[in-house]
Amino acid sequence: MSRLPLRDKLAVLADAAKYDASCASSGAAGRNSLRSRGIGSTEGSGICHAYAPDGRCISLLKVLLTNFCIYDCAYCVNRSSSNTPRARFTVDEVVRLTLAFYARNYIEGLFLSSGVVRSPDETMAEMVEVARRLRVVHGFQGYIHLKTIPECAAELIEAAGLHADRLSINVELPTDAGLRRLAPQKRPETIRLSMAYLRGKLEEHHEPARRAARPRFAPGGQSTQMIVGADATSDAAILETSARLYGSYRLKRVYYSAFSPIPDAAASLPPQRPPLMREHRLYQADWLMRFYGFDRSEIVAGRPDGMLDLAVDPKLAWALANRAAFPVDVNRAARETLLRVPGFGTRTVDRILAARRHRRLRLEDVARLVRSVAGVRAFIVAEGWSPGRLTDDPALRGRLAPPPRQLSLL
Amino acid sequence: MSGVARHAVRLSGPADFDGWRNAARRLLTNAVAPERVVWLVGGEGDLFAGAHMLPPLAAGAAPTVPRAFPERAAAALCHRDPERFALLYRLLWRLSREPGLLDIASDADVARLARLEKAVRRDGHKMRAFVRFRRLAESDPPRHVAWFEPDHHIVERNAPFFVRRFTGMRWTILTPDASADWDGTRLTIGPGARREDAPCEDAAEALWQTYFTSIFNPARLKVKAMQAEMPKKYWRNLPEARLIPEMIRGAGRASDRMIEAMPSAPPAHHHSLQRRLWAAPADAAGRPSGSGEPGADATTLDALAHAAADCRRCPLWRDATQAVFGEGPGDARLVFVGEQPGDQEDIAGKPFVGPAGRLFDSVLEEAGIERRSVYVTNAVKHFKFTPRGKRRIHQKPNAGEVRACRWWLDKELGLVRPRLAVALGATAIQGLLGKALPVTRMRGRTVQRDDGLAVFLTIHPSYVLRLRDEAEKAAERARFLDDLRAVRAAAAA
Repeated sequence: MSRLPLRDKLAVLADAAKYDASCASSGAAGRNSLRSRGIGSTEGSGICHAYAPDGRCISLLKVLLTNFCIYDCAYCVNRSSSNTPRARFTVDEVVRLTLAFYARNYIEGLFLSSGVVRSPDETMAEMVEVARRLRVVHGFQGYIHLKTIPECAAELIEAAGLHADRLSINVELPTDAGLRRLAPQKRPETIRLSMAYLRGKLEEHHEPARRAARPRFAPGGQSTQMIVGADATSDAAILETSARLYGSYRLKRVYYSAFSPIPDAAASLPPQRPPLMREHRLYQADWLMRFYGFDRSEIVAGRPDGMLDLAVDPKLAWALANRAAFPVDVNRAARETLLRVPGFGTRTVDRILAARRHRRLRLEDVARLVRSVAGVRAFIVAEGWSPGRLTDDPALRGRLAPPPRQLSLL
Repeated sequence: MSGVARHAVRLSGPADFDGWRNAARRLLTNAVAPERVVWLVGGEGDLFAGAHMLPPLAAGAAPTVPRAFPERAAAALCHRDPERFALLYRLLWRLSREPGLLDIASDADVARLARLEKAVRRDGHKMRAFVRFRRLAESDPPRHVAWFEPDHHIVERNAPFFVRRFTGMRWTILTPDASADWDGTRLTIGPGARREDAPCEDAAEALWQTYFTSIFNPARLKVKAMQAEMPKKYWRNLPEARLIPEMIRGAGRASDRMIEAMPSAPPAHHHSLQRRLWAAPADAAGRPSGSGEPGADATTLDALAHAAADCRRCPLWRDATQAVFGEGPGDARLVFVGEQPGDQEDIAGKPFVGPAGRLFDSVLEEAGIERRSVYVTNAVKHFKFTPRGKRRIHQKPNAGEVRACRWWLDKELGLVRPRLAVALGATAIQGLLGKALPVTRMRGRTVQRDDGLAVFLTIHPSYVLRLRDEAEKAAERARFLDDLRAVRAAAAA
C-alpha cells in the first residue's frame, strides 16, 4: 500500500475528500510572509483558485490523510464495508504537496481530514503533526483547516487549534435518529460535546484581556456540515437544526451537502441524483436567517411537508405569500423592511439608505443598484413609481419564477 | 482664458494616478470645467498639440475631497475604459459642489465609478487566483515565473499582494503590458512581455491536474456555475483547464455508473474489523427504553451523573448539549438548587458557571459560605432555549419538565442527605416541593418536606441580574445576602 506512487495516492485521497462541501479560506487572522521570509499569507477573505466543472470552488488542497476507516457510516465513500481503493499519505507527503501547490499559487492552503485508523487519538495526532510541521518547520503562513475527530482527546483538539485557522466537526445528518440509523458507531452526543468544547476554547482565547498572553486558537472559528437527502428529514427540520447549531456553538458556517451517488454505495441508501436545487435553496434560507432577519418559522410557514419551494428562492416565496407587507417605500422604509424586498441584497439596502439621505430615489435610481429592476418593481414604491395592482396580481409568481428547465445536462 | 479653450493633459502611463491627481488639482483650483479638458496617455493624440498648457496650482485653495475618493479613483483609473480620466475629473468637479455625491450610488456618474472599480477589483482578484507560477528548476536559487493576461492595468496594484504571500521566493509575473519581479528584497515593475518568455511546463502540474480531476464530482455537473467564476478567457493560462472538456464529456457516464452499480459485498477485512472493534454496543442510548431505569440503582453521585447523561425522561435533551449534573461534596450539609443550566453551563457541563453563577459565588463568599463545601445543582438538568441568531434565549422549563427531572433531584438529595436544601427561585421550589409557591412572599422561610428535609426559600440570583435600576439591584443583592446569611446560620445550628 505504501508502494503506491504519490500521484495515485493523491487521486484516491482527493476523491475520498470531495464530499465535504467546505472549502472556505476566509476568516483567518491577517498574516503574511514578510517577516518569516517563507511563504504564505491570509488577508481576511479567501481566494478561489480554480473551479471544477461541478461549479465548486477549489481554494484548498482538500485531501484525506488516509481513507482507511474503522467506522461504517452508510452514506460515506470511505466506510469500512466499501470496496473503494484505499491509500495512506505519510505526514511528509502531505506537507510537501501543500508547499509545492502553494508555491505555484494553485491553492490558499490545506484542508485535511481523515478516515479513522486504529484509534481517533492516533489519527488526530497525525493530522495535528501535519499542521505543526507546516507551521513550525516550514514557517507556512497559508490557511489550514483541520477536520476534528469528535472522539479524540481534548489535548489534541487544543493542539489542532494552535496551528489551524479553522476547525470543523461534521454533525453529518440533521437528526440524531438519522445518524444513529446510518452511522451506528457515531454518537450525536459526542459530536455535540466536541462542538461545545471548541466553542469554549474559542471564547476563552478571544477574551480581549487574555488575548495578548495566549497563543491564538483557530481564528477562523468552527463550522460543520450535514448531508441533505440521505434520509427523509424535511427542510423545516434541517433549518431548525441549523438554527440550533448556530445559536449553540457560534458556528461560522453550516454547510449543506446534497447526498451524492458514490462509487460502491451502500445497499441501505437508494441510488439517486444529488438534490442540487434543494441544497441551493437551503443555503439561501440559511442566509435569510443569518443576514436578513428572517426567522426560521417564517421561511417554512405554509410550505407543504416543510419543504422549500424549488421553483423560486425562499425570499421571493415569502414575499409572494405575504403580499400585504408590500409595496415597500424605498424612500422611507426601515432597513429591516427593505431587506425583505426580493432582489435587494444587504449591499443594495445599504446603498439605498445612504443615497436617500441626499435625494429621493426614482425607479431608474433603484435600477442602477439592483441586478434586475423588473424583479423588484412589483414590491416597491419609489418617487414617481407605484406598482398599483401589480403587487397583488395573481400572475406575478408566473412572471418572476424562472421558467422550469432541466436542472442538469443529463 | 477663453471659454472654448481646451486643456490637454498628458499622463505618463495608462494607470498614472499621480499624474492625474496632480493635473486634476491644478485644473480644479483654476475652475477649469470638465468639458474643457482632454486626457491623453503617453505619445497619443498629437491633434491637441496646440492646446493650453496646465495652469499652475492656484494659491490658497486646497480642494478637499471625501476620504474615500482618492482610493476609489486610484482603483477606477486602472480600468481600460478610455473615458476613465474624464469621468474621475468630472466626479471631482462635482464633488467640490456636491460633497455628499459619493453616497448617492444611484447617480449615473457614481454608478459608473462603482462599475469601473468593481471590474478592476474583480480583475485583481482573478489575478491573485489564476496566476500560475512555473518553477525554473535549473536556476539556483529556483525562480518562479508566471504568464498572465489581465483585462485592466492592474499589475502594479496587485504586485504587493504577491510580495506579502511569496516573500521567500524569487518570482516574476509577466503580462502583455507590464511585469512584476521580486528578487527576494526588491519589487520591480517592468515593461510587458510575451507568452514565450515564460517557461512552458512544470513537473508539479501533473499532480495538480490529478487533484483537479479527482476533486471533481461528476454527479454534480454545473458547467455554467464554473464558467461564471472561471470564464473561458482565463483557461489558456491554467494548466488544469485543458482537462475540462473531457471531464464534462465523461461526467454523465461516470455518474450513471455510480447510480446503476449494484451494491457489492463488503471486503473480507470489514467483518473482522467490525467484530473486533464494535462487538460491544457502542451506543448506550440505543438500548431499549424503560428497561432497568438508568440510574435507579446508582449508589454514588458519579454513577448517578453518568446515568443522567443519557436521560430521556423529557424531550429537553434533544436540543441541549449535555445534562449538567450537580457538583460538590457527597456529604455536604447544604444543597443549593437552581432552575436549569444556562448557555454557559450547557457548554461547560458544570452548574453555576455563567453570569448568575458568578453573582451566586460572590454573595456566597460574602455570606461566609465556602462554595467548595456545598453541593449545587439544578431542578432541571438540561438547558431549555430557543435559538436567536448566534445566541440562545433561555426558556423557563414547564411543570412537566420539572416533574420529570424531580426523579434525579430526589436521587441526589437521597445520596447527599443535607441538613438544609436551598431553593433558588420558583422552578427550584417546584422541583423541591412538588408545588408552586410565591417566591417573593415566601422568601426567607423554611418549609419542611414530607420526608423531613428542610427547604429554605429564596430568589434565583438571575433575578438580581435582570433588574435595570442600579439602586434596586443593589438592594436586591443585599436582601439575597441576608437570605444566605440566614442559611448559613440555619445550617450551622
